[in-house]
Amino acid sequence: MPAERLLSDLLRDDLGLTGTKIGCGVGVCGACTVLVDDVPVTSCLLLAAQAEGRSIRTIEGIADGDRLTALQRAFITEGGFQCGICTPGQIVSATALLERSAHPAEGEIRDWMKGNLCRCTGYYGILRAVRAAAEASA
Amino acid sequence: MIAPFELVRAGSLAEALELLESDPEAHVLAGGTALVLLMKQGLLRPSRLIDIGGLAELRGIRMNGDLRIGALTTHLEAERSALVRRHCPALASCFGTVATVRIRAQGTVGGNLAHADPAQDPPPMLVALGAVAVLESGAGRREVPMEDLFVDVFETSIGPGELLREIVVPPLAEGARATYVKFLPRTEDDYATVSVGAVLRVDADGRCADVRVALGSVGPTPVRARRVESALRGERVTPARLREAAMLVREEVDPIADARGSAAYKREMAGVWTERALRALLP
Repeated sequence: MPAERLLSDLLRDDLGLTGTKIGCGVGVCGACTVLVDDVPVTSCLLLAAQAEGRSIRTIEGIADGDRLTALQRAFITEGGFQCGICTPGQIVSATALLERSAHPAEGEIRDWMKGNLCRCTGYYGILRAVRAAAEASA
Repeated sequence: MIAPFELVRAGSLAEALELLESDPEAHVLAGGTALVLLMKQGLLRPSRLIDIGGLAELRGIRMNGDLRIGALTTHLEAERSALVRRHCPALASCFGTVATVRIRAQGTVGGNLAHADPAQDPPPMLVALGAVAVLESGAGRREVPMEDLFVDVFETSIGPGELLREIVVPPLAEGARATYVKFLPRTEDDYATVSVGAVLRVDADGRCADVRVALGSVGPTPVRARRVESALRGERVTPARLREAAMLVREEVDPIADARGSAAYKREMAGVWTERALRALLP
């Protein structure tokens, strides 16, 4: 693998895992968020080589087969998406948040999720979905 | 597209220093959030990167009177660290205001400083706290006060063959308080229009026993507000005096006009936010 290969390109072009999206390409929008050792990172700014030997989780690995997680179901019931391009990044980010902090405070949710931009929903549906998923696990 | 380059992984600090010495043109890769972006944009075309990301000896936070933060500690680790929070809550919250959680999880404390972007958050806070950068090379170790680390935009005093190993943050003096504030008129994850790191100690008589103020985003490097400091030191700190002293910062900063405001506006805001930072520190 060439040293200049980005993790996002490795996932999408070499492995065909196109659930990870490329939005801004400069680390701002969050569409390319994946988990490396359970921590969210910007895969468009990470060399694939930097992820060698580490555990990578993409949107494709969040659901258990066809069984959606409580968070994914909440995105549907709360209207947490419209066009869907930011959704994989939103779900991956929020999954990491809820794994670290099962019942995050409102400020913690907003701070954690502010790195995932959405141009459709106005964010309220996304925040409702994260809150609903946290409550569902109570 | 990133131009091809050679990636060499350092297995130990000693090996990293040897690699650096043998190829002074090589760039050091830590978290990569800034370096990879510069390479993607074609602004930097290194022929070789030395990946130090796996060096456990440069990672982690410890206390030995001073707080010592390994250069490869991520911002997220520093922000959440109980040691950092106990030692200096303002520093922990400053790390927590860097960009977004993804960048904080990937970008390292040392990488941020070595990048020397004048709009970054930790530099002015660390200057105000009197922190020290520990540099290591084949020739040995040297310590550089944080304000001398920054030379110009994207330029530091880290020499050829040297690696930033850790930063040392001394404890606040008894009774001293610290804060970091930033002005974000556009969005929460934007660079600041101006930011202020400040430390203030007021004695029992209401006089300023010590003060240190440094600003970000309003000059090519963090700007130490020495005129503000000398106008306050030894003086009784009333709100009026604070305001008068804070406004002196307008002559110390050297902002450029950009989407975050004209130079004149940033100069004005530097005064306003310096006053706010200092006022928040009054007992």
